Amino acid sequence: MSTPTTWRYKDLTSIERLTREEIETVHHYAAQFKKSLDRSQKKLPTLRGKTVINLFIEPSTRTRVAFEIAAKRLSADVTTIEEAASSLVKGESLRDTAEVIQALNADLIVIRHRSAGSADYLGKLLDIPVINAGDGAHEHPTQALLDTFTMKERLGSLEGRKVVILGDILFSRVARSNIWALKKLGAHVTLCGPATLVPEGFRSMGCEINYNLRAALADADVVMLLRIQHERQASTHFPSVGEYKALYSLNEERASWLKPNAIIMHPGPVNRGVEIDSALADSPQSVILEQVTNGIVTRMATLFLCLTKANELRNAQAAPQQ
Amino acid sequence: MSILWIQNGRVIDPANNRDAVGDIYAVDGKIVDHLTPDQQQQAQVINAAGLVVCPGLVDVHVHLREPGQTHKEDIRSGSRAAAAGGFTTIVCMPNTSPVADNSGTIERIRNSAKVNSIVHLYPTGTLTVGMNGEALAPIGSLKQAKVVAVTDDGKCVQNNELMRRAVEYSHMLGLVVMDHCQDATLTKGASMNEGEWSMRLGLTGWPAAAEDIIIARNIVLSETTGAHIHMQHVSTKGGVELIREAKKRGVRVSGEAMPHHAYFTDEACKDYNTNFKMNPPLRTAEDREAVIEGVIDGALEIIATDHAPHTDYEKDCEFDKAPFGVIGMETALATCLEVWLHSNRLDLPTLLQRLTEQPAKLLGLPAGTLSTGAVADICIFDPNERWTVDPMKFQSKSINCPWNGLTLRGRVKHTICAGRPIWDGERILEADA
Ligand SMILES: [Zn+2]
Repeated sequence: MSTPTTWRYKDLTSIERLTREEIETVHHYAAQFKKSLDRSQKKLPTLRGKTVINLFIEPSTRTRVAFEIAAKRLSADVTTIEEAASSLVKGESLRDTAEVIQALNADLIVIRHRSAGSADYLGKLLDIPVINAGDGAHEHPTQALLDTFTMKERLGSLEGRKVVILGDILFSRVARSNIWALKKLGAHVTLCGPATLVPEGFRSMGCEINYNLRAALADADVVMLLRIQHERQASTHFPSVGEYKALYSLNEERASWLKPNAIIMHPGPVNRGVEIDSALADSPQSVILEQVTNGIVTRMATLFLCLTKANELRNAQAAPQQ
Repeated sequence: MSILWIQNGRVIDPANNRDAVGDIYAVDGKIVDHLTPDQQQQAQVINAAGLVVCPGLVDVHVHLREPGQTHKEDIRSGSRAAAAGGFTTIVCMPNTSPVADNSGTIERIRNSAKVNSIVHLYPTGTLTVGMNGEALAPIGSLKQAKVVAVTDDGKCVQNNELMRRAVEYSHMLGLVVMDHCQDATLTKGASMNEGEWSMRLGLTGWPAAAEDIIIARNIVLSETTGAHIHMQHVSTKGGVELIREAKKRGVRVSGEAMPHHAYFTDEACKDYNTNFKMNPPLRTAEDREAVIEGVIDGALEIIATDHAPHTDYEKDCEFDKAPFGVIGMETALATCLEVWLHSNRLDLPTLLQRLTEQPAKLLGLPAGTLSTGAVADICIFDPNERWTVDPMKFQSKSINCPWNGLTLRGRVKHTICAGRPIWDGERILEADA
């Protein structure tokens, strides 16, 4: 392996804080781990003896399962604590929950939580690494890492590429993390969707905003669809699902405005017929299932980096006392 | 007989346009214009050379949490925090538990103040029953129980018809209505200013419009009823401009600025530190500038603190779950000096007027001046002494202070309430039992 490993923090709580080199380090290890998927013996001994706790105080199936599989592939033991199933997190403060988990001798926590900043908060409280699996509308760093990994697999370098993120930007941690990651990797980002869901403030992150779908999609290399959570927004943020479809749903005709080799992405779960026509979601342009597969290998890479780097940090702290 | 002789200080008394080095005398709790040779012999002397001597500061917006939440603060600790900050008169908000919407609770507060407060303390009552914004509180009875104003601070009456009646009724009784200006439909789930930083941090934003809409409503209601409405903690550029323009037309409105809105911007929230979570929230640099400018030209003629204590364990949590509010009495003078004086934005007499004469005038309180015959409430401070903020050393029970660790210029050296020294720059001076 020729790429040098760059990794500065014990935690992975945001993409905003990472350097381009750190993002590329994750991609590098993800590619290595992806090769191992083709072997008959998929399990690697890398994290044998380590205990990973998945603390999912907000429900999520696909992210939780991807982290579980990733940890198991690296031979770590995994325990998942979910809000509904656990008295540990019910009504208990996040600090108390964190201290219990530390006392349980966990080596790493993966946290999904409704409050923005909760992963940072936990990372500051604990000595063990914390990986953010989604904190409110703030960030979802591993999603951005797997998304950019998938784009690079299909398109090569992202330098100068045009990526359109379409839909609910305001409430989306996936959008925020992807914007940070894409800008660091040299891509141009255009945001599109109803003005109520695409605030002007995003220009300060270096994005273009275009409320016209045709203009936004013109010559794009990637269109990333975001889930419309209509139960939450339909009352105030746009008139109806029908109107959203009429203006912003991706269909074959609209997909033809993209570049010929452009790809279509979606973090899932997909509302078929709302964000995208069902047939288009299953077309060769769509990389939705590749995203799921890559979700495992990028998370293997982040678990590996956080745990080995945490060891290095601990050793570095211990050294002067010798 | 208690006699006090404060010598050679720079005496600034904005109410009397006085700014000159000289002496101040107090006999039996009142300011006098000279001491007899006999009295000079007996006087307790304070050498104020190199220091500023001004009226005791007046804070028309504090939360003392008594009754009901005395784990955060109580009248005893809150009044000592005031003393340490140079305040000798404070006005407490009625969002206690139970809320001060009846004369019984007001009496309870005043009785506790008699025993526990070392500064002059005046209560306010609520505008509506339970602060629920649905029915008028017994404002006449509250007036008889000696509230100095009415407010639903912490909340804002959303129903315009009810607000109109509250204003008319209070006006009849000669009570100022103080309003916390917040349109609740625009701030659902919001925990910080809506803008670039809320967007980056993924926190639900609190638009400036939520404040401006209510300020505009209140201006209209003041204009149509002739009543005085005071806008609490104005934090937006739009709000400052609305008030400035209304005053030019002769509308009876006033406005209040907070040191934290003049000192910080919403960028301070970037590490999710809950000590920067307050209501209204920290705003943009442009809003901050407007608040500073508003105090300079008098659009906001009053500076108050919105001292809002919360315990460390209540603030130690996720940002969106933390309670709103920060403490401020013990840092107010220094932060105001940093913002307005040391930046050469405003002269000291005018700044002190916003902290003494104006707030006293708003509510007709016997305070805020060193006139002969006035109650001898005095603050003596060094405008240049540097100190590093350490909330653990504060008199307040709570430590939710956004200036924690910052070095500020301006230190209160003596606080004197009704002729009695209560703070010596280091500690509270308790009365002899
Ligand atoms: Zn308020």
